[in-house]
Amino acid sequence: MFSSVIWVILGMGVVTYVPRMLPLVAIKAEGVPPFLQGVLKNVPFAVLGALIFPAIFTIQSGSLLHITWDDFFFGLIGGAMAFIASYLEWNIIFVVLSAIFVLTVYSLIL
Amino acid sequence: MLSYQTPVKKSARIFTDGVKAGIPIAIGYMPIALTFGLIARTTGLTFMDAVGMSVFVYAGASQFMALQMLAAETGAIEIIIATFIVNIRHFLMSASINERTVERSRWKKAAMAFGITDETFSVASLNRDKIEAAFMGGLILMSYGSWVVFSGLGYVIGASLPEVLQKSMSIALYAMFIGLVVPSLKKERKALALFILSAILCSVFSLFIPFGWAIVAATLISSVTIEWAYGLLMKKEGEAHV
Repeated sequence: MFSSVIWVILGMGVVTYVPRMLPLVAIKAEGVPPFLQGVLKNVPFAVLGALIFPAIFTIQSGSLLHITWDDFFFGLIGGAMAFIASYLEWNIIFVVLSAIFVLTVYSLIL
Repeated sequence: MLSYQTPVKKSARIFTDGVKAGIPIAIGYMPIALTFGLIARTTGLTFMDAVGMSVFVYAGASQFMALQMLAAETGAIEIIIATFIVNIRHFLMSASINERTVERSRWKKAAMAFGITDETFSVASLNRDKIEAAFMGGLILMSYGSWVVFSGLGYVIGASLPEVLQKSMSIALYAMFIGLVVPSLKKERKALALFILSAILCSVFSLFIPFGWAIVAATLISSVTIEWAYGLLMKKEGEAHV
């Protein structure tokens, strides 16, 4: 059925690798203007905002357009646990495990 | 203390730091990779194709999308274009790492570029002031290893974790993102402003455009706007002090 899947995979590999590689290999860090340097240093905090919201509320449904209450509460409870644990500056492993634990308990009693 | 250590010892220690920092990613990838292997099998891919995709592409969202498209008998070119669009966000992450890395060798940079994902980027950016190739090496060993191994296991076992655990473990990567960013949000108001603005923008954009673009647009707009606003603020404060 999928005799050509390997070519799809290699094509996917190339178009995924090139954007990952180009800036690191082609941009000279010393040549970047100061304003742009500042922008690039902002990227991690902005990326994290965009990676967490709205996705944490749509783990099952995949989109805000299809969000369910179950989805919403799941993200809210897990996210709240992770927030409290990281606000208390727990080790990141325990932040992750505590969120998993709370949601396991939540799923079992539901 | 530091000055007495030989360079080899020091980079071995940095590599170990990377391995340790990769543990939450390895945990978080497990349920997703198992599911990927399982769905790849039910989609009709061979074991080699399923594992090969994780080995050569190594980008979760686009791999799931490719399975859907293969199942729908979509053409190769369309799958490859869609993959490019979903993964273009790594361009921004790579540019940001380039700004922070102390690595000068292009070959090492090209090698560590392969391992840039949402997760490795976030961990490296928030754990290190200067991102070393040795740290990325340890981090990528854990995350890539987990992704590839559990993709294969999911295929072979033909099942994922028990349902309750599978579901609750789907929070793992988000919990990790939160755990990484909250300490900085507590300390730096600029980080908090960036985080909130980008979260709001991404939520709004996600209603209209695919998530790959929503992340890129939200990140770019907030990074530029906040940098510009802080520039103005600093200038104003500077004038006030004169």
